[in-house]
Amino acid sequence: MPKPIIHDVTPVEAPQIQAGGRGPTPPQAPGGPDRDDWDRWPQGSRGPREKLRRYRLLVAAILVAIFFFFIAITSAYVIRQNTTVLDTRTNEMVNNWRPIHLPPVLWINTILLLVSSLTIELARRQMFREPQATQEWLGMGSPTRSRSLPWLGITLILGLGFLAGQVIAWRELNAQGVYLAANPSGAFFFILTGAHALHLIGGVCALLWAATVSVRRTRLEQRQIVVDVSAWYWHGMGALWAYIFAVLYWVR
Amino acid sequence: MTVATERSHFPGRLRRIFSTDHQVIGLQYFFLALAAGLIGMLLSLLMRIHIVWPDAHFPLIGALKPESYLGVMTIHATMMVFFVLSTVPQNGFGNILLPAQIGARAMAFPRINAAGFWLTCLSFLIMTASLFATGGAPSAGWTQYPPLSAIKDPGAGQGVGVDLWLISIGIFCLASTMGALNPIVTTLRARAEGMHLMRMPLTVWSWLVTAFMSLLAFSVLLAAAVLLFCDRNYGSSFFVPGLVMVNGHLLQHSGGSPLLWQHLFWFFGHPEVYLAILPGMGLTSHLLSTFSRRPVFGYAGMVYSTLAIGALGFVVWGHHMFVSGMNPFAGLAFSALTLVIAVPSSVKTFNWLATLWRGRILFTTPMLFSIGFVSLFITGGLTGPMLAQPQLDVYLHDTYFVVAHFHMIMGMAAVFGIFAATYFWFPKMFGKMMNEPLGKAHFWMSFLGAYATFVPMHFLGLAGHPRRYSQIAGSAQYLQPLLPLQRFITYAAIVLMAGQLLFLINLFWSIFYGCRSPQNPWKATTLEWEEFADDEKIIVHRGPYEFSPGEKDFLTQSEPEGERAGI
Repeated sequence: MPKPIIHDVTPVEAPQIQAGGRGPTPPQAPGGPDRDDWDRWPQGSRGPREKLRRYRLLVAAILVAIFFFFIAITSAYVIRQNTTVLDTRTNEMVNNWRPIHLPPVLWINTILLLVSSLTIELARRQMFREPQATQEWLGMGSPTRSRSLPWLGITLILGLGFLAGQVIAWRELNAQGVYLAANPSGAFFFILTGAHALHLIGGVCALLWAATVSVRRTRLEQRQIVVDVSAWYWHGMGALWAYIFAVLYWVR
Repeated sequence: MTVATERSHFPGRLRRIFSTDHQVIGLQYFFLALAAGLIGMLLSLLMRIHIVWPDAHFPLIGALKPESYLGVMTIHATMMVFFVLSTVPQNGFGNILLPAQIGARAMAFPRINAAGFWLTCLSFLIMTASLFATGGAPSAGWTQYPPLSAIKDPGAGQGVGVDLWLISIGIFCLASTMGALNPIVTTLRARAEGMHLMRMPLTVWSWLVTAFMSLLAFSVLLAAAVLLFCDRNYGSSFFVPGLVMVNGHLLQHSGGSPLLWQHLFWFFGHPEVYLAILPGMGLTSHLLSTFSRRPVFGYAGMVYSTLAIGALGFVVWGHHMFVSGMNPFAGLAFSALTLVIAVPSSVKTFNWLATLWRGRILFTTPMLFSIGFVSLFITGGLTGPMLAQPQLDVYLHDTYFVVAHFHMIMGMAAVFGIFAATYFWFPKMFGKMMNEPLGKAHFWMSFLGAYATFVPMHFLGLAGHPRRYSQIAGSAQYLQPLLPLQRFITYAAIVLMAGQLLFLINLFWSIFYGCRSPQNPWKATTLEWEEFADDEKIIVHRGPYEFSPGEKDFLTQSEPEGERAGI
């Protein structure tokens, strides 16, 4: 049973001495549930930043989980690379790890992904520039959209380029005789790069979603959130690739 | 209506099933865990009967073969560890209570929440199906140690069953990660005004820490499960060493390391133990305070010890691997770190006892179960430091001593926490009260049953009785004198299980015919017992355990009067 909204200021009543009672209702601002009185709004939409901060924390938590997935595999990788196994033919402990020659295309891919991190950051910042956001809030066109969409598009192309480059790298390795089912070094390589590519495809979906939301007539706040969240996820994928590539490069 | 709880993202009738309301999701977790718990319990009954009467014929199954025994054991453990202990204390009661206890009205991301539950449900169905897989249920134990689990068809119970097990656990990991997102974001970003971190109920603290642990631990298990799945199905060699002969032919794998699996698995597995017990610790603190009408002794100490247990839980996994051939120096480090966990655990235990000390204790059913939790936690916890010493563990490893240890602490103590929470928050879940005399009978049967079942297992272990043996009659000579003790354990286990029938009867009878509960039946102080209008602003004025502050019995957190400095 919702309580009636009190429209005028009521003086604070004397405290009621009764166990379990709720006490007096706190005084409320005059004018009832005004749009400007953020306190009267449901949680999660009090003030323009509250929702954004929740979504950012969500993405941070998701990225932590994803990073731990990869930290688990890379630490197994490092340990396995240093492990000797018993060769029963010679009865000696040997390290049968066969180092991989990393395909040079991986360097190009790395550059593509790092540049894409810059472009998505530009798209993200366009969403929060004050003059454009104010203009849009006043109902005068949608400048944030026209300023951020091109950067989103460029990021998308760079991301797809990275994925294509990864496929080229896999083909090259297959030609060298490195497979998932061969030496553990290859198995780890394919698992790490494959799982990263899957996560990056998730990022591509997020970018497509951000672009769709930007094109459709949605509220500025929602567009800001979608672009912001996709951008942070994309940064996370870039950092993750840098980490994976560093491990693959230095621990061979 | 602007409140998010009333919103649903699904059309029509589906809305009732695929609800995004956190309380509905919490109840769904509760009933899922109930189903899993019943399956797990029936499987343990099969095992107990088979151990002492190996020729017993069961309806529909016939006599249990040794490999079926191992399958039953694996699924029993998986059901209990994953689908009971990892779901209901955290996601079940967390969903039902967490938003209300911090004055948030709803979880921050309802759709992620619902998706988490339905993935858990899917995972549960796949796991149940693996029990009936062709080639037998997965039989490598809930730890699925390779190389046995990594090779297709070395024997019964290593075929499709293990693949289903891995798929199910993979989905469960995703679901648990999704389930952990909401408690984190909601607790850190959606608390009511005045609900400072150090004013949160200890239940909320434990859910928060547990959520962080799930986020990290389940990601690692997912990684391990993916690698093992590749080993089984795509010919990779992460865990299978070279030159393994199985059934007379040489495997194509080469160069994997079975130890890697153990490291990855226990890096998940040990935090898992704590994420099963931490919510129980939180709600035990909560209930002990409520029913002794005293503030929690050392609130800050409780918070910091929860954080310490959460952090230490990640650096002790090696104590499961003392006999694995790991470097002995690493074993020493893991042993020392494990013994350190006794410190925050003791802080908690002494704070619980100090909370009870000179309290006006009300022996209601939830209180009895909370005291039972403390008792079982101490009994089960004391064998922890013994097993944490490598030289003792070499003898006790893989004996019934370990079985007794983890059933006492992780099994029984955590389950007592679940029962305490059910009896305590039943009015919040169904608006009714549970039957007290029946509840007390349930408590005493469970309490005595638990001790009678698991204390003798310590002696089996000390006598060198290995775990996971499907039968002892007619096998090793030195085990023969232990048969009477095994028989006693089976009788005790049957009493313990019969006690759970009382719970089932009480639960369903009370849902339909229980008497209506008053708004705040236990005279508790936290926000979930108060009703707020949809557009009312929730303001918190004080900490969660204001019992006997001066003349009054208690002050709720939202009560503005009687504010004192420093509270």
